Amino acid sequence: MKPFVPEIGRSVPRADAATKVTGSEKFAVDHYGENLLWAGVRRAGVPHGIIRNIDISAACDLPGVIKILTGRDVPGTNRQGIVHKDQPVICDKKVRHCGDAVALVLAQDLETLKEALNLIQVEIDPLPGVFGIDDALKPVDCLIHEEHPGGNVLLQATIEAGGGQAALAECDIILEETFEVPMQAHAFLETENGVAWQEADGKIVLIVSTQAPFRDKWEISHALGLPMDRIRVIGPYLGGGFGGKDGATVQCLLTLAALHAGGRRVKMWWDREENFLAGYKRHAARLHYRLGAKADGSLHALHCRVYYDTGAYAHLGGEVMALGMEHAGGPYRIPHTLIEGWCLYTNNPVAGAMRGFGVIQVSFAFERMIDLLAAKLSIDPLALRMQNALRQGDRNCAGVTLTHSTGIRDCLEKIRSHPLWTDREAWKASAGPFSKRGVGLAAVFNAMGYGRGLPDSAIAKVEITTEGRILVYCGVSDMGQGNATAFFQIAGQILCQESSLIDLVQPDTERTLPSGSASASRTTYTYGNALVRVCEELRRRIVGRAALLLLVDTLDDLELLPGRVRHPATGREIPLKMLAATLTDPERICIYQYLMPVVKDPPDTGKAFRIGFPHLLFSYGAHLACIEVDELTGAVAVKDYLTVTDAGRVINPQSCEQQIQGAVAQGIGYALCEELRLQAGCILTPDFSTYIIPCASDIPDMTALTVDTYEDSGPFGMKGVGEVATNGPLPAIANALADACGIHAIRSPLTAERVLTIMQGGRP
Amino acid sequence: MIIAFTLNGEKRIIDVETDRRVVDILREDFGLTGTKESCGTGECGSCTILVDGRNRLSCLMLAIQLQDREVTTIEGMAPGGRLHPLQKAFIEHGAVQCGFCTPGMIMSSAALLKKNTAPTREEIREGLSGNLCRCTGYQKIVDAVDAAAREMEGDPRP
Repeated sequence: MKPFVPEIGRSVPRADAATKVTGSEKFAVDHYGENLLWAGVRRAGVPHGIIRNIDISAACDLPGVIKILTGRDVPGTNRQGIVHKDQPVICDKKVRHCGDAVALVLAQDLETLKEALNLIQVEIDPLPGVFGIDDALKPVDCLIHEEHPGGNVLLQATIEAGGGQAALAECDIILEETFEVPMQAHAFLETENGVAWQEADGKIVLIVSTQAPFRDKWEISHALGLPMDRIRVIGPYLGGGFGGKDGATVQCLLTLAALHAGGRRVKMWWDREENFLAGYKRHAARLHYRLGAKADGSLHALHCRVYYDTGAYAHLGGEVMALGMEHAGGPYRIPHTLIEGWCLYTNNPVAGAMRGFGVIQVSFAFERMIDLLAAKLSIDPLALRMQNALRQGDRNCAGVTLTHSTGIRDCLEKIRSHPLWTDREAWKASAGPFSKRGVGLAAVFNAMGYGRGLPDSAIAKVEITTEGRILVYCGVSDMGQGNATAFFQIAGQILCQESSLIDLVQPDTERTLPSGSASASRTTYTYGNALVRVCEELRRRIVGRAALLLLVDTLDDLELLPGRVRHPATGREIPLKMLAATLTDPERICIYQYLMPVVKDPPDTGKAFRIGFPHLLFSYGAHLACIEVDELTGAVAVKDYLTVTDAGRVINPQSCEQQIQGAVAQGIGYALCEELRLQAGCILTPDFSTYIIPCASDIPDMTALTVDTYEDSGPFGMKGVGEVATNGPLPAIANALADACGIHAIRSPLTAERVLTIMQGGRP
Repeated sequence: MIIAFTLNGEKRIIDVETDRRVVDILREDFGLTGTKESCGTGECGSCTILVDGRNRLSCLMLAIQLQDREVTTIEGMAPGGRLHPLQKAFIEHGAVQCGFCTPGMIMSSAALLKKNTAPTREEIREGLSGNLCRCTGYQKIVDAVDAAAREMEGDPRP
């Protein structure tokens, strides 16, 4: 490909596309090494119990086994966790879910490793289990974390705004419903893995598939009692993450293994079944809603009770629920709200971060409630949404005044004039025999950044080498979202250099600087804002040096061009290479820390949230799903799908479409087929033949439009677009199902079996 | 067991244990890590390679089955650094996100276009239905294969 200046606003091809299509890009999993050892974990296999004995003797005798470690052998606290340190690296006393680690084996090859894992005899005295929301709410006779003061309630919290639930009495109509959604698996294609070794000076180096390399250092240090300066984490491009690699997976186990490997490289690579068993999940939830409105359709009061199943460990459960509660009222003006939440420990798999973090669950509930209300009041569902949609200056359901770009009305406006909406009746009427068609809407939103209480920070670093190449040191991971390409464009735009001259350094705790996790729709916004500052500073330094050499009085008289600086008045030029060679080392590197702004006047509510409430910035989306239902089987097919997104100014239209289309596909999976099925804490769907994610034939061609909003605080006017679109498909498809067949779904996924059961009058 | 086969155009003779899988010898012995493994049970298509021009799952094949076969991996798709039209189209049409499914997708697409030089979008979707992608929603992959098919009409490469 010919060199070009990667500008803002253009569909610049991904910076990493060429190496990925030739197979030369090295993901963490592509790292091996001479004399490689393999490490693996023996899992508990029972959901709750006390460890009586772990007999490793037979496994130890197996030739080729290097070392076997149990909970007793873990130095440090043996506890990991992002907010609550409640998750053992290797369980020492009790196990709390089937995927808990009880022993770590280090072997000379993979076959020996598997054999040794099987030879370990694990004796666990079972305890009664807590297998869901109902169990966890019962009076406590079975504690999962004895030391947790809230019993099996990880967090109970309340958000109240206006007159709270008392205002329901002022409503002309009140609707009530309870919704349930199951756990979802991230199903990234590169399963959890890494390679680690100990260097001669004692330092541990890890190459790991991670969304948070800097936090990993802290987790390892805390759990294993290692000084931070003895740990280096390198985070190459990830083969998908979606939240599931935000938090410790292999990191502490692998470090522990490396400490016993005598300097040899150790590889740990979870297979797909282990990924299902031990990897993080999206929270299952129950959502009880009472929505009150005036007869003219204006929303007046909302009372919600939401319950999130966080599984055996806290991970980010409290924060996931907090975000769900903050979004529980949808992108609408509802003056009076009471939103109560319970985040519950169970003996189910560990739930953590996943794209749409707590919000996807409530989106199902509030968008079904809006359609139920529209039907009850005989108001057009789009008109009802338009009437109540938030505008800049309004207060949202958490009582926060929206002071930044708020484009949901623009999104809905664009749906209103689109042929898929205007011509919907004709399309529905042309359904073939034994099939029904329906069209459904959803209006959704998603906050950006960590929220108050946890500074959302990134430290950008850019360098011009002595040869005149530009190096952007990305401190935040690219798991496939394309943020690295946005950084490439920001540097290209400001420094006006061609693609062949700009290199991206992927996260490495010794080369790049702490920039937070790849999560929360924050990556391009926060790091990008820092990068804008450093690129502008580097530009001033380059042009400033040219001014000295060309004897030009002001910087305004010079222009920075690809490969050179030019003085237009005289036509004189200096090659960038020559300028770079004259800069001293300190001048060639620029560093800047950016902190995301926060809500200045947080409402006096949500006091139980330690971090992550409230948020200042939101992206918005309006979705339209056109579905066809097979009346004989209940199967739902999505025939067409339209999204309109407010993500501020679009930096790269192609990257933006990729995020929207991919998020919708995950959302369609969540709506129609994805369900982590559990029986007494054991996963019944541990592979891709039982846990079904959409394939190419299941997803229609989609139309992804944007609106012309501009977020003043964002780099070049952008807002995060990574998550918002995943929240739309379940409610839009459920609403389309109601439109097609007049049936009201309150549980997902909307499988053929479930839809047929409801059509035949069964339990919804 | 000693076997002889052709790998990306080069004759290879190797001594291999009879229980080793193709994906493992490619990644570990030949360092061809472009071929990915994601499920290990033939459900995701990430490990797709071409064997005698047909798409095969390298996680479900034993190395000894390669005797006298011609194997092409993603690394063999751009001889001399000249990108295959599918590779160019994947870049240009934004078919790559995390990129972990990409090698398998390209190999399956190559096999598809060999059988059907002018597939419809539906036929492309069906042809790629054994390759899972969690990032893209497939639309841009279909765009890329469609564009490459048009570009390749008459191109005899795999």
